[in-house]
Amino acid sequence: MILLWFIIILFVGGILAWIAEYWNASISRWISMLALIINFCLASYLLAAQNEIAILSESSWLLYYRIPWIPSFGISFYLALDGLSLVMLILTFFLGILAVLTSWKELQYKIGFFHFNLLWVLAGITGVFLTMDLFLFYFFWEVMLIPMYLLIGIWGHENRRYAAFKFFIFTQASGLLMFVAILGLYFVHGNLTGEYTFDYFKLLGTTFSPEVGRWLMLGFLAAFIVKLPVVPFHSWLPDAHAEAPTAGSVILAGLLLKTGAYGLLRFVVPLFPDAAHEIAPWAMLLGVIGILYGALLAFSQTDLKRLVAYTSVSHMGFVMLGVFAFNELAVQGVVMQMITHGISTGALFIIAGFIYERIHTRDIDQMGGFWKQMPFMGTIALIFAMASLGLPGLGNFVAEFLTLVGAWKASHTLTIFATLGLVAATVYSLRFLQSVFNGAEMTHVTLPDLSLREKLMVVPMVIFIVWLGLFPQPVLNTVKRSVERVISAQTKVDDIREDLRPGIAQKGGEDE
Amino acid sequence: MDDVPIESGLVLASILFILGMIGVLTRRNIIFMLISVEIMLNAAGLAFIVAGAKWAQADGQVMFIFILTMAAAEVSVGLALILQIYHQLKTLDSDAASKMNG
Amino acid sequence: MMDLLWLVPALPFLGALVLILFGTRISRTMVAVIGVGSVGLAALITILVGTTFISSSESSFNLLLWSWIDVAGFSPSFALHLDPLSLIFIFVITFVGFLIHVYSTAFMAGDEGFSRFFAYLNLFVCSMLFLVLADNLLLLYLGWEGVGLCSFLLIGFWYEDKNNGDAARKAFIVTRVGDTAMAIGLFMLFDAFGTLAIPEILAQAPQVWTVGSQTAVIIALLLLGGAVGKSAQLPLQTWLPDAMAGPSPVSALIHAATMVTAGVYLIARMHVMFELAPLAQQCVAIIGAVTLLLAGFSALTQYDLKRVLAYSTISQIGYMFLALGVGAWSAAVFHFMIHAFFKALLFLGAGAVILLLHHEHDMFKMGGLRKKLPAVYWTFLIGAASLAAIPFITAGFYSKDNILWLTFASEKGNVWFFLAALFGAFITSAYTFRMVFVTFFGEAKSTVTHRAGNLMTVPLVVLAILSLVGGFIELPHTIGHLELLSDLLSPVLPSVILRPGIASAEWAIQSISIILSLSGVYLAYYFYLKKPALPGKIKSSFAGIHHIWFTGWGFDVLYQTIFIRPFVWLSTMYKGDPVDKCYTGIVLLTDFMHRVFAKTQGGILRWYIMGLVIGAIFILTLGLLL
Repeated sequence: MILLWFIIILFVGGILAWIAEYWNASISRWISMLALIINFCLASYLLAAQNEIAILSESSWLLYYRIPWIPSFGISFYLALDGLSLVMLILTFFLGILAVLTSWKELQYKIGFFHFNLLWVLAGITGVFLTMDLFLFYFFWEVMLIPMYLLIGIWGHENRRYAAFKFFIFTQASGLLMFVAILGLYFVHGNLTGEYTFDYFKLLGTTFSPEVGRWLMLGFLAAFIVKLPVVPFHSWLPDAHAEAPTAGSVILAGLLLKTGAYGLLRFVVPLFPDAAHEIAPWAMLLGVIGILYGALLAFSQTDLKRLVAYTSVSHMGFVMLGVFAFNELAVQGVVMQMITHGISTGALFIIAGFIYERIHTRDIDQMGGFWKQMPFMGTIALIFAMASLGLPGLGNFVAEFLTLVGAWKASHTLTIFATLGLVAATVYSLRFLQSVFNGAEMTHVTLPDLSLREKLMVVPMVIFIVWLGLFPQPVLNTVKRSVERVISAQTKVDDIREDLRPGIAQKGGEDE
Repeated sequence: MDDVPIESGLVLASILFILGMIGVLTRRNIIFMLISVEIMLNAAGLAFIVAGAKWAQADGQVMFIFILTMAAAEVSVGLALILQIYHQLKTLDSDAASKMNG
Repeated sequence: MMDLLWLVPALPFLGALVLILFGTRISRTMVAVIGVGSVGLAALITILVGTTFISSSESSFNLLLWSWIDVAGFSPSFALHLDPLSLIFIFVITFVGFLIHVYSTAFMAGDEGFSRFFAYLNLFVCSMLFLVLADNLLLLYLGWEGVGLCSFLLIGFWYEDKNNGDAARKAFIVTRVGDTAMAIGLFMLFDAFGTLAIPEILAQAPQVWTVGSQTAVIIALLLLGGAVGKSAQLPLQTWLPDAMAGPSPVSALIHAATMVTAGVYLIARMHVMFELAPLAQQCVAIIGAVTLLLAGFSALTQYDLKRVLAYSTISQIGYMFLALGVGAWSAAVFHFMIHAFFKALLFLGAGAVILLLHHEHDMFKMGGLRKKLPAVYWTFLIGAASLAAIPFITAGFYSKDNILWLTFASEKGNVWFFLAALFGAFITSAYTFRMVFVTFFGEAKSTVTHRAGNLMTVPLVVLAILSLVGGFIELPHTIGHLELLSDLLSPVLPSVILRPGIASAEWAIQSISIILSLSGVYLAYYFYLKKPALPGKIKSSFAGIHHIWFTGWGFDVLYQTIFIRPFVWLSTMYKGDPVDKCYTGIVLLTDFMHRVFAKTQGGILRWYIMGLVIGAIFILTLGLLL
């Protein structure tokens, strides 16, 4: 039941926030804040209690919830939670809270509707991370999309309409390909077994002829690599990131991209192990190209948010590299990368937002010497720039190092090129840091250092990123079984079928 | 009853149809266009009747009744539209109603 | 007592944390007390732990702090490993670090970034300690990158000047290139051994590989890549001269005494790997020999006091590399320690001069400071004498003599290395005393209003004493024969294997080196005191060579041409994202089609009907024909 509540709270909170604007705009903020805090606490509780729950449910799935929805087509409302979902949920609600906080002052109009969209995007993301029914998955996939389109299109910067349409068309087109693949999978499985169902667990281990498997996998892959994004399908991202309001950028970079990575781990590899193996070298190559291409382009950007956007492209290349390296080290690295990149890039966008609020431009050439007036912000920016270049002691290093160590086993050449990305990351991170915070002081503007609200946002992020860098093991343990499942899907599909299914007959899960 | 050869009936229907079509294509007055459309409809109806007579089946005449009712409906809608066009544009020239271009 | 080891890196870390969090809110005295005190305490604990360790019979001591990562057999932890090698390093780091911190309280007294400076400095000490105490290579890498970050921050400490920022960025990026090579080395090591724990790797390596095995050579070369980046050796030496943009205490601590010798530490620590890879070890020696010469020549031509010292540092680390390359492991560590003393002393002395002359760096605008700054003069002279290896009384003589002798005598050494080292010694004393004579002798060209305070003088004096007596812990066979340091290091580092029947030549080698270093001093005396007009003439007649030496053999220009320009050019070219242009192309095509088809929607009713009719005819014909 608790899984359902995650989603209901967000949907209802969104509607309430919209209505509340009628009386007072600040009530909307508080409502959405409250909804997210409740969810965050619930998820934290699950995280704290995961060991007890895991013992009860006797499988690697902690909780599940299932009611029939459209039984005649084999569609059910099926939610299930494992370590990976749980970690992603925590990240979702954490960044959600930050997104509400960051728009506290920035936003001037249609505040209620903004929060409605915000919460609905988050609800969609939550659903994507939880659902185990492919039809429902597609539903939530679309739920993420439209409110995000509105967030960019209504509250964005100057060129917002262009960016919003671009975002919509890219993700929608690729999403439809995935839907076709879902239907294909549905019919293939139905023809084979006589049971027409969208149930993820039942579809696992469906056997295909190589040809069919390849095409279906490409359909899924299309949606996920556009979302991730992988070069050459990345070009919606710089525009969407740059034009979105700060909260939108945080959610885009921190969460929406992660749904792509999540999809790769949850669907592409387990459902189509053979086909995934077949394209692995190409996928890893694309990942490496993304790392280098994103880093190269990030260096020359003059728009602060575009710069950060290209760093995202670069960092997501590691995800691609790691997922298709097919070993535990690399996949653990990918999961860490999903979390740490969510925090570090989110923080960089928030800093960009702070600067925009102060000087009303995103042009790096008009910045410089900010350290003098804003040492606190400078320190924070320093930490996250270092995170972004992979300094040991911060979370991103753990992620990248694990990924690379794992990838080394899969391909030496590609790993060497990916490692060169670390040098390129140094180049762009330092450029960002120095051109904004170092240099001669800008005397013609007064720049107040961070306010209490702003400190309240960035300080927890710093704590998280340092904590993940020094004590990553709890997170690694939480996702361990999910990761093992991804790896083993590759090797012995049949043997592990039993473990894949939540303990329906067993006690512990949720009462229906 | 002397049989009218089916060919004659069909030729007559075709001639009527083509006349109607030429009328639609060449006239600019909307009322004349409507009339031409009626001629085309009736040409089609005639073809049905002829065919029905040939095989001694009632279907042809049933179809003709359908066509009649449809034509009636069409005329009523069409005339209403024509009145509106005249009201708006003060002319019955169909080329004047070209606001809905791409 | 040994369990206190964790406090050694923890104290500076706490100091840094407190200063970062509260530095702006507490008084300067408080900042100084925290900054200096944390490192001072760490130094005390080091001595405590060190004495306990030496008196105990164990060869190493491990302390697990916490498990860091544990995934699929990859399980590096935060664990400290104390053995004689790391003991010497942490002693130098905390002790010299403490002296430099004390000095900094005076040097940075008027600076508005006072607390920030000490925060960075403490953080540096902490990272450096982790680097040398690390039990596994990943933790070592953490310290390795951490010192890189602090070096970046401290070089660019006066951030308002863009040049400082550029120098800082250059230092970070160039060392990062080396670090990346090292990271790949770590992947390969993990791949080969399934662990990154240093003791295990060192124990297993000889069983896994035979001498000269290809993988071992590649890994050793990759580790060497990391070492040359950090230690500013060829071909990644270009960042160090520019790094002098930082405050002088920073140059003393990071760019002379500790961080730049991290490469030496790494190679000494992984010596088993290099013994398994003779090719890589030979590379170490060659890099050392070439670097010490090239940097020595460059040092001869510099005007900036600190740049002379920077090139000298590169050159001296070249000596250490040379020693490592010929298998004289403990000789390299010995020279590291002595070099830390005298080079820190020289940098601090230079810093004092520069500060008291109101940030004048050009030594040709100084002159005659001997009388005005006696304390600085005498300590600087001692440091210089040690650097120039003036025989018998200075520590530098013993450490450098050791390397010279072993370069000649070691099994892996040869005459060419020896000649390079010998000639290097000659250049060293020449540029060192050029610097001394120009700065402190001759006529005064500037005014000095006040003298160095006690906080500056005391560290100078202590370091000066160490630069004199520090060498007596390791005396050659010909003079006394004492091997305290080698004995201490013997559990970790194997002793050097000499070529047979060569031991008797030691006194001859020593005599040659003594003559050469003294003649270097005389050369400097002749050129800069006796005939001061001569250098100018020589310079103008060999302008080309002078320019090459002055600019550090043109490496900057080379890298500018082959790396930086193409990268910036490519990046600027690609700024608009060519991939995006493809999508823009699709958009334009769609738009074009839209316009074309919109034409057919003219709004003229008769055209529509015409279309209808033509379509009907077309279909009917088609139906009839087919």
